[in-house]
Amino acid sequence: MTRHMKSVVRGMSLSLALLGLAGAAQAASECAAGKTLTEGKLTIATGNPAYFPWVIDDAPESGKGFEAAVAYAMATAMGFASEDVVWVRAGFDESIQPGEKNFDVNLQQFSITADRDKVVDFSAPYYSSAMAVLTTQAVVDGGATPDLAGLKSLKWGADANTTAVPMLTDLVAPDSDPLLYNDNVDVTAAMQAGQIDAALFDLPTALYLAAVVVEGGVVLGQFPADRTDNPDQFGMLMEDGSTLKPCIDAAITAITEDGSLAAIEAEWLSETTGVPVIE
Amino acid sequence: MAQEQAGLTRRQAFERRLRRRSMMIAAGSTGAVVLAMVLLIPRAPGWERVKQSFFDWDVVVRTFPKLLNAFLLDVAIFAWSAPMIAALGLAIALARDVRNPVLYPLRLFGALYTDIFRGVPVVLVVYLVGFGIPGLGLSRPWNSPYIWGTVALVLTYSAYVAEIFRSGIESVHQSQRNAALSLGLSGSDTMRYVVLPQAIRRVIPAQMNMLIALQKDVALLSFIGPVEIFRQAGVFKSLLANFTPYVVAAAIFLVVTVPATRLADHLIARQNRART
Repeated sequence: MTRHMKSVVRGMSLSLALLGLAGAAQAASECAAGKTLTEGKLTIATGNPAYFPWVIDDAPESGKGFEAAVAYAMATAMGFASEDVVWVRAGFDESIQPGEKNFDVNLQQFSITADRDKVVDFSAPYYSSAMAVLTTQAVVDGGATPDLAGLKSLKWGADANTTAVPMLTDLVAPDSDPLLYNDNVDVTAAMQAGQIDAALFDLPTALYLAAVVVEGGVVLGQFPADRTDNPDQFGMLMEDGSTLKPCIDAAITAITEDGSLAAIEAEWLSETTGVPVIE
Repeated sequence: MAQEQAGLTRRQAFERRLRRRSMMIAAGSTGAVVLAMVLLIPRAPGWERVKQSFFDWDVVVRTFPKLLNAFLLDVAIFAWSAPMIAALGLAIALARDVRNPVLYPLRLFGALYTDIFRGVPVVLVVYLVGFGIPGLGLSRPWNSPYIWGTVALVLTYSAYVAEIFRSGIESVHQSQRNAALSLGLSGSDTMRYVVLPQAIRRVIPAQMNMLIALQKDVALLSFIGPVEIFRQAGVFKSLLANFTPYVVAAAIFLVVTVPATRLADHLIARQNRART
């Protein structure tokens, strides 16, 4: 309860601080004028729940966590004051279903792929992710090594709704069929139950799960980006043919060029170095 | 009741006309409904998007072979679960029919069992048993999701099946048991040779419905890892951002369940005819 109160207070002071900026940026909002769901507001969707370190404490309004911070930076670059950012929740299925959407943009670690791009629009990428192997100390003690030969013999699991699945079958090609789950929580439950040895996640998620969720969790190694046909890049999802896309892309380009995106990445995803690369 | 082929009575002629007329009307109204659907649905403003998302032929071609292959896993899980469910269900039903006061705990167990497992959603049982029991520290291969997922299905379904068997057992009149006992049959022989043969035959159509339901609920095992057709369709959905794989999976399910449903209907109709 106190934690919640604190984050509310923090969020309010953050909004007050940004209020000064908003006046200056107001002129830039012309690009998005008349293109958002609600005039003068930017409606952003995230997952339900949203996971660490992308959104801290499932409270995107606080601006804490990589994606929450990116969302506010982008909104500011587009000329929206931070109190004009409205958060909603929408899963992947709701995002790809035909018909009206309840958001302007949706960011929750969606990987950009050509097949998905036929159905929805993606923004310019805001993060390039390496794929990493999450396992447990017990498996490492059992002789698991961060090389392809060693990985093949493990029993694999993955979140069925991610691009980790084709990567697993194409790159690792494990000896036994991987088990697939609905979400991160189920994957870690299966790992805890000893039903799987290892699972494939994007690196920040793997680091978080290893440190906090999985008892004795270890990140065995990461795949270099050039090992995949297309490196996993996260893009914001919009309705196919969205008129807002140029504004979003311009904002992402702006925060990339002025270094604020890199600063946000350093703040929330800084610990990703030091994980061995799988040859 | 014998009918003459050549000359129809006036009544038969009238009934034949009536039948023909109602068939014409039925065909006409069905045609009108289908025509209206074919003409009107594509006129909805979102039809192009819906067609693209749910009925994309290219996606069908790309995903069908793998989906069909994944369906074999559903069939396998179904095939090994069904006999276990039948056996456990019958055992529970018999436990609930025990009349000896010493064995009352057995009766109580049967009642509790059916109450609990009929009342809890199948998904929850699959989760609890599928992740919970292996989490106690079982080692491979005894912690396999196939084993514990099957256990979850058997636990849930045998509760339903037991209740159907029990209704069959109770439908055999008490006088038959008394008659058997007076002929010198023991209690268990009465059950085995007099009650059960009639009871089981009476509930076969109802049990067919359980089989059909089981066929579909096998897909719930995907929640704990096995990549059966529903999960495979979900993977394709995620990669292609398209719901068509689910439609393909549904079509594959229908190919199996529709004949089974027809068979169940046929059995029920035959039984109703036999009773009247």
